[in-house]
Amino acid sequence: MKIKLITVALLTALGTTVTVAADNDIAALVEQYIASGFKQGEKQHTERIVQDETQKQCTTYRNKIPSEMQKAFMERERATIKYPESGKLSGNWEQGQKTFTDGFAWRVGTIMPDKPDAVRGGNCYACHAADPKEVAAGNIGSTLTGYGKLRGNTPETIKYTYEKIYNSNTYMPCSSMPRLGHNGVLTPEQIADIVAFLVDPESPVNK
Amino acid sequence: MSRLTIAGLVTSALLAGVAFAAEEPNADAYREMTYGDRDANPALLVIDRGEELFKEKRGPKNVSLEQCDFGLGAGVLKGAYAQLPRYFKDTDRVQDAESRLLTCMTELQGFTVEELTKQTFANDKRNEDNTDLEALTVYIAAQSDGMKINAPAEHPKEQEAIKVGEGIFWRRQGPLDFACATCHADDKKRIRLQNLGNFSKAGVDVQKTMSAWPTYRVSHAAVRTMQHRMWDCMWQMRLPDAQYGSPMTVALIAYLNAQGKDGTYALPGMSR
Repeated sequence: MKIKLITVALLTALGTTVTVAADNDIAALVEQYIASGFKQGEKQHTERIVQDETQKQCTTYRNKIPSEMQKAFMERERATIKYPESGKLSGNWEQGQKTFTDGFAWRVGTIMPDKPDAVRGGNCYACHAADPKEVAAGNIGSTLTGYGKLRGNTPETIKYTYEKIYNSNTYMPCSSMPRLGHNGVLTPEQIADIVAFLVDPESPVNK
Repeated sequence: MSRLTIAGLVTSALLAGVAFAAEEPNADAYREMTYGDRDANPALLVIDRGEELFKEKRGPKNVSLEQCDFGLGAGVLKGAYAQLPRYFKDTDRVQDAESRLLTCMTELQGFTVEELTKQTFANDKRNEDNTDLEALTVYIAAQSDGMKINAPAEHPKEQEAIKVGEGIFWRRQGPLDFACATCHADDKKRIRLQNLGNFSKAGVDVQKTMSAWPTYRVSHAAVRTMQHRMWDCMWQMRLPDAQYGSPMTVALIAYLNAQGKDGTYALPGMSR
């Protein structure tokens, strides 16, 4: 009986070890395949395939960070946030509408790269509805129509909205939304303009 | 059809979509009207060119591709595409149709990989005709029209490719923090009006996509292959150019075909 129990325990332990090892092997192979999967050389920006800690964790846990890790995760993301020099977190809504709408550039490679100096937009309609007049809005993100009407144009809402756009992972670990400020896609001033587009009572979002 | 008529069709189709389903705009009706007719698929012309290229004696060795083995034996094309990617003993790796094509064009015909991959895809911004690689691929693929997606998963390297492909599918990277899964792991999502399949689960979404490529893309005025689709997704994620026929792209395709098993090929496809 005792021997039988020990055998079962041993087998269970072995089974677990084998599964974990297999997952680690696959993860290591993924990195090998990725490393050889892209063209090298000028204009390729291969640094983009190197993951930071956030991307690594979101990959390992497939975007479901264990609850005991979430606090540290979100604190790390919060520490990355930078604010506009003016201190104004809500800017010009009309300029914000333009930045919100503009297709985002920054594609690289040699086959069909964007102009490196092209002004970048947020391309927010790819995923979010906002101005109800824009029919062709995606639905990966939440709908933002009536955002300011619902949440008010308060300092709290403005701060939350700015931080959410700057680093979406501050409020939701492994959010699908890019960390637009932290990753250098948009400047703090551009983000403040988008905030205004979302909260200003004069913006079509809230009409 | 004049530009004005097309614009009118788009507008009325969009309006119809909005009128019938205010919550979920979609352009399905427009798409059906525009490219629902299989006999009007411009890819049929590219397939003819691919067949000529396949049977013509070419390259430094002046031989055709008729002895190329796509997995079912030398020269057998019928049903071969439906059973790719698969493990090939001679190269000791898992290959999709396009990486296999490179093998045959170098081994049989004597071309070099460098010259073959100098320009893999037609540049739609310059309104170019399809490249030889694209024409050959769609010809080979079309020989599996009506058959079921049935890539083997018996060899350990085939199993590895599928597993690794799944890992790549979930890997987040780049300035947008995107993985394939960011757009393709939930039901009924869209980028603007473009529907996005949920490829994280086996079933209809992934079957529908994998069985319709290579496809004639109306917006590119060119046939596009699965290798182009992989490059395009990476490009949209703001990543470097995916290497044509690399183990990375082949692993992704192996994963997607495993998810889409038993979907029925309708080739060539036609899409936005």
